[in-house]
Amino acid sequence: MSVRVRVPTPLRKFTNGADEVNAQGPNVRAIVDDLDRSYPGIRERICDETGKVRRFVNVYVNGDDIRFLQNLETSLKDGDNISIVPAIAGGL
Amino acid sequence: MTFVQGLKCRECGQDYPKEPLHVCETCFGPLEVVYDYDRIKKEISREKIAQRAKSLWRYRELLPIDGEPQAGLYSGFTPLIRAHRLGAALGAKELYIKDDSVNHPTFSYKDRVVSVAISKAIEFGFDTVSCASTGNLANSVAAHAAKAGLNCYVFIPEGLEQGKIIGSAIYGPRTIAIQGNYDDVNRLCSEIADKYGWAFVNVNLRPYYAEGAKTHGFEVAEQLGWKLPRHIVVASAGGTILPKIAKAFKELKQVGLIDDSACKIYAAQATGCAPIIQALKKGADLISPVKPNTIASSIAIGNPADGFYVLQAVKESGGWGESVTDEEILDAIKLLARTEGIFTEPAGGTEVAVTRKLIQQGRIPRDESVVISITGNGYKTLEVVAKSVEQPFKIRADLRNFDELYLQLNQPTPGKVAAGEG
Repeated sequence: MSVRVRVPTPLRKFTNGADEVNAQGPNVRAIVDDLDRSYPGIRERICDETGKVRRFVNVYVNGDDIRFLQNLETSLKDGDNISIVPAIAGGL
Repeated sequence: MTFVQGLKCRECGQDYPKEPLHVCETCFGPLEVVYDYDRIKKEISREKIAQRAKSLWRYRELLPIDGEPQAGLYSGFTPLIRAHRLGAALGAKELYIKDDSVNHPTFSYKDRVVSVAISKAIEFGFDTVSCASTGNLANSVAAHAAKAGLNCYVFIPEGLEQGKIIGSAIYGPRTIAIQGNYDDVNRLCSEIADKYGWAFVNVNLRPYYAEGAKTHGFEVAEQLGWKLPRHIVVASAGGTILPKIAKAFKELKQVGLIDDSACKIYAAQATGCAPIIQALKKGADLISPVKPNTIASSIAIGNPADGFYVLQAVKESGGWGESVTDEEILDAIKLLARTEGIFTEPAGGTEVAVTRKLIQQGRIPRDESVVISITGNGYKTLEVVAKSVEQPFKIRADLRNFDELYLQLNQPTPGKVAAGEG
């Protein structure tokens, strides 16, 4: 499965400044692993030491928060779009 | 003159310079402004503050600007009102309303955070300001941008109340309505902020913006004679204001302006969007996002960025939280209007209804001081209450017509004007 991943500013020093990269894998966890093979060190920025997505990182597949799907086990199909987005403030 | 030393990650403690940055590169944690409190303590005093203009800038030592304030010179210092009649209705002996529904210039608490963010945007040299908003923030950013002569783009979810849409458009920004809810707006804006070099007040200026929310807490303390209430009830959406009120109280003690910083803080949410209250009641640290479904659009945020810090502040203070249904919110909007003459939006109704619930539950004792933080104005959300208020009686311009109507209205208890339930 080949998907496109949007990379937020804080992670672009891993991707040589690229704001979008391709990655391969059947689910989100495999995509993170694949990103880490291409861009060593990027996984520990997205996931904590227990392997879970960090508290202030939101991951979306085609605009849907993976916490509404199957988290890191969310399965993917060719051409899916993944966004990695820091949490932001708002409301009231 | 500045008392700001830099920015620091709230999670891993990494230091950053005073720049338009909002997330830690290492752990994505939010960045927080670091002050030199020892110097502030030497500079600041109750007397000095008392001599200053009645705006949020009277606490400027504790705000993150380097030069003079550039925006919001008339924002803040909203009334703190002793609410005798609402207190009697809720069974609270000493109840106050902190009324940000009359904040200048756009009638919500957001004029506080935006005053600081726009000042900072000007200091940084930006020519375009922007925000992701549930309505009130867009109103405030658009107004302050107009006054400062900056370009402005505001992003809102589709389907907001007319008052909030027109309440931005009138100031001449570009308004972009996104298909989806606020969480979708947020996600898109985070990506837009990355791509366009704008000052996004609640994205890349967030550390500075959020500090403005402290002034709500500073004012409550000053207006109570430099004392804190025993309890304060605050609505939670993304989770900015509640932890900042907690921070404000701590800072006041740290710089010697108050003696005791004990005050129990309570979070209020709508049952149709209560991810923080659900986590609080489960004892969970991790907040599971929800899909919002409530009339309280300004607090319809299912994925609260600072929800974790709301939980932390509530627990640390010894407070609690509750959620209330849309029906309870509507009732509470009317109750506040009919007892105190204050017309708030559903977020404010949520706070009043939650206060009532917490008093009924015995969480808030009836004989201790309570402040309800009213954050927004009901004139912006007329649609929400339009069907639950009495419609005008239409008559001809003829005295006999009125005489008849008056008799009808007053039949059950002659001589007494009918209470206008409809």
